[in-house]
Parts: sequence; structure tokens; C-alpha cells
Amino acid sequence: MANLLAGFRYLINNSGSVLSLFGEHLRMAAIALAIALAIALPLGWLLARVTWLRGPVLGVLGVIYTIPSLSLFVLLIPVLGLGLRTAIVALVAYAQVVLVRNILIGLVSIDPAISEAARGMGMNGWQRFSRVEFPLALPLILAGTRVATLSIIGIGTVAAFINGGGLGRLLFDGVATGNRGKIVAGSIAITMLALGANVILRFFERRAALAVRGEEQAASS
Amino acid sequence: MSAIVVENLTKQFPDEPQPAVDQASFEVDDGAFVVLLGPSGCGKTTLLKMINRLYEPTSGRILVGDVDARSLPVTDLRRRIGYAIQQTGLFPHMRIEQNIAVVPQLLGWEKPRIDARIDMLLDLVNLPRSYRKRYPRQLSGGEQQRVGLARALAADPAIMLMDEPFGAIDAITRTRLQDELLNIQHKLRKTIMFVTHDVEEALRLADKIIIMRTGTIVQYDTPLNIVMQPRDRFVQQLVGTEDMLRRLSLITVSDALAAQTPGELTPALGSRGSTELATISPDADLRSALSQLLRGDNAALAVVDQQGATLGQITFADMHAAVADRAVGA
Repeated sequence: MANLLAGFRYLINNSGSVLSLFGEHLRMAAIALAIALAIALPLGWLLARVTWLRGPVLGVLGVIYTIPSLSLFVLLIPVLGLGLRTAIVALVAYAQVVLVRNILIGLVSIDPAISEAARGMGMNGWQRFSRVEFPLALPLILAGTRVATLSIIGIGTVAAFINGGGLGRLLFDGVATGNRGKIVAGSIAITMLALGANVILRFFERRAALAVRGEEQAASS
Repeated sequence: MSAIVVENLTKQFPDEPQPAVDQASFEVDDGAFVVLLGPSGCGKTTLLKMINRLYEPTSGRILVGDVDARSLPVTDLRRRIGYAIQQTGLFPHMRIEQNIAVVPQLLGWEKPRIDARIDMLLDLVNLPRSYRKRYPRQLSGGEQQRVGLARALAADPAIMLMDEPFGAIDAITRTRLQDELLNIQHKLRKTIMFVTHDVEEALRLADKIIIMRTGTIVQYDTPLNIVMQPRDRFVQQLVGTEDMLRRLSLITVSDALAAQTPGELTPALGSRGSTELATISPDADLRSALSQLLRGDNAALAVVDQQGATLGQITFADMHAAVADRAVGA
């Protein structure tokens, strides 16, 4: 309890610096998520079409996911050096397995009759993807995105260890200086960020699910 | 003119011992309603799907409106051919109007033209225009299939391919949809290729039936000729040609009237009956005529056309002659 109070006291007294770290963390997570999606979407699309690639690709991504985060960050230092860039590469790598798997499942679980109708009516590959497959896979893609975002935000705290910045700084500095208030403040800030991201992404996920079922859009009113 | 010409069409799927379709050749006249009939696995759906190139033929040739199907970009070909399938394949995230508008949009029609077309099509398939804004799941199965039909007709294609479109629909709704499809066909005169394994459906709808077995075409003829002159035992059993009621249902009253020998007409008319003869339209089939005959007291029915003119009388002997006569040729 005393720790919690110390944490809040730290937040109030250092709101400026915490806010700027919060911004750093958010920016890092957003960049990592954007890059991760840019890789995962075409990769998932490819796996949906090329069946034999699924096992090997998901296997490799799964292995990456099981490497402890601190080790992965450290492993990357000799290659990419210290800093934000290295942190983002690691976060992107972590997010892949969740994103790619959900995109793949979203695309292959579409009713074959719907895909066949789309082909039979003369849609080309891009039209089928953008007008039919993507919107129908969107709820699962967004579910994957939400889980990936939460991991990125969580694992992103380790970025501070390799000079990547973000809210992890509060934790590492707090540990180094024995400042419990700072540690608790960092934890609170990260939790807020994760909860906020969860609520926002959840909203879009529900909306997409409604759209797929073709219900009157409660979400759009 | 032939709307579709198929020459030596073969489809061999990898890892299968026999071709799914083996050297199929036939022509479909402009405006004809042709039904592909056969047991499951006979290759009828494969054959259909080669026409819009959902399957690419292993060998052989398809002409669609005198153009080699392979000479066109595949999306162009498909946009020129209406396509309706059993599970409707309606896009659940699009409103009814968006579903119907898909092909016109792909073809780049102007919005007012598409709008007018949607209204026209909803009228045609007997759905209220208020359905435009609904989503497929808010409609019943039969209504969804009507939307599927409207969507297939959207860009006014000369050719329609229909893959068991009424297969998953209850019997009563199916009969109604069949009637409406026939009505629509009388109005629009599309060239239709329709896959089914339901013999009744085939006999009701078809101008001509292609009967398939293990990838080959066994017989291609009118429903009446198939019932009267089945090519072999397989066709006999598949179509149930021994079923006399089925034969009767394919012959119209006016056919039977035309087959009467002059002179032996009107024997002992109404001798048993106390009242006037019941009447029947010349367009009715002999099965309904028989049913009506059995219901009444008289041994004959008066054939009266829509203008009220009496064309003649028809008796049980005429019906017997009609089914027996034709069976002689078999």
C-alpha cells in the first residue's frame, strides 16, 4: 500500500517526464505494430494460398516467440547496436507469430462458397482480397492485433535496457537507484497504456465482428 | 445460333485415376435452358465450372458466344456470365443492394444505372425494394436464393450458370422458385446451364437435359425424348422412365389432341355423366388431365383454350395412346 502511494506520488511530482516516457513508449509500440502488420498481412495472405509454407513459416515464427525477450534484445545488439531501432526489430519479430496466425485463420475460415462466388463473378485477386476476404477476416485480424499490441507494450519495457527508451526506463532506473515509487509509477503507467490500447482495439474488433455478421450497425450509431 | 459450344472437353485432376470430365462435346442453343443431370461425382459440376474457367480444362475447347473462352482475360469472361450457386455465396458484410451491384460495379456502370437495375431486379425476383438496405442474414433461405439469382442477372449476361441453386431449399419453396425461374426465363430468354441431381427439377425446368455418368455424356435430348427413348439402362433408372405418370407429365393436352386419329373422335360422350364435361386447357399436361378425369364422372374432358373455344375432347384412351405410342420408338 505504501508502495502504491509512493508510486502515485512519483507520478504526480514527475508528471512531465513520465508523460514524455509514456509518449516514447506509445510511439515505439505504434511503429513496431505498423511494421509488424505490414509484414504479417502479406505473409498471412501468402500462407493462406500456399499451403505447404504454413508449417515451416509458423514454426520459425513460433521459435522466435519462445526466445526470452531480454535474450533476444541482447542477441540483436551485436548486429544492430543499441537503441530504439534494435528494440523495434525485436518487437516486430515477437508480434509476427500472433499476427500471421490470426490473419491466416481469418482468411482460410471464410466460407468457400463466398470465395467461389467472388471468383465466379469476375473479381480479380486484389478485389477479392480488399472487398471480400479482408473485411470478413477482419475480426480475427483485429483480435490478433490486440494481443500483439499488448505483447509489444509489455515487452517494450525491456527496450529501455538497450537504450531504446520508453516506460521501461522508470523500472530499470528505479531498480538501479532503489526508488520503489519510481518502479511502481512505471508499472502503473504501463498498465494504463495496455488497458487503454485494449479498450480501443476491442471496440474496433466488436465493430468488425458486427459488420461481418451483417447486423444493423449498432456500432456505427 | 449456339451460345455455348463445347468440344472434346476433358478435365483430369491430379492424383485421380479417371478424368472428372472425359471428352465432352455438345452445343447449347441461344436462349435454351439446359440442365446437367447425373448422380454425384458424375462430373456435372466440374463441366459447369470449366465454362467460366473456375476449373481450367485439361484439353478441349469452349466457345462462348463464338469466342474461345481461353482467349479472354478470365475476369472479363466471368463478368459476362451470370453465376449462381447452392449456398448462394452472398457476401454477409454487404447489404442486398451492394451484393447485387457487385458485377455492374466491376464493369464500371454509372451509379444511377446500377440503382435502377437493382430496383428492376428486386421486382423481377419478387422481393420488396425495401430489402435493398438489409443484410443477407436477415433474409430467409428462399429469399437469399432470390438475391443470388438477382445478383447473377445483375449485369444482364447472355449466359447463366447455375450450380444446384435450389438444392438446399425446402420442397415447397423450391417448387415456387422453379416456377419463378421459368417465368423469368420466358421474359429474358437467357442461355442457362443448370446443374442438379434432382430428376423432377430437371424434367420441369429443362428445354434439354444432358445426362452424365462418370465424366461422360450419356444422353443429350429433350425431357420427353429422354423419358420416352432412354439411351440405356442407366438413363432408364436415373430418370425413372417406366414411371407412366412421369411420362404423362411431359406431354401436353394439345400434343395428345394432335395425335388423335380423325374419325374415331367423340365416341359415347358423356354417356356415363349427367353433367357437362369438365374442361382443361390445351397447355396443361396429361398428368393433370388424368387427375381431373379421375376426379369427375365423365369419361372425357373438353379441351378449351383461353379464348373459350372448344378444341376437342380427350379421353383415357388418348392418354394411353400418348404414352404407349411414343414408347414404341424406344
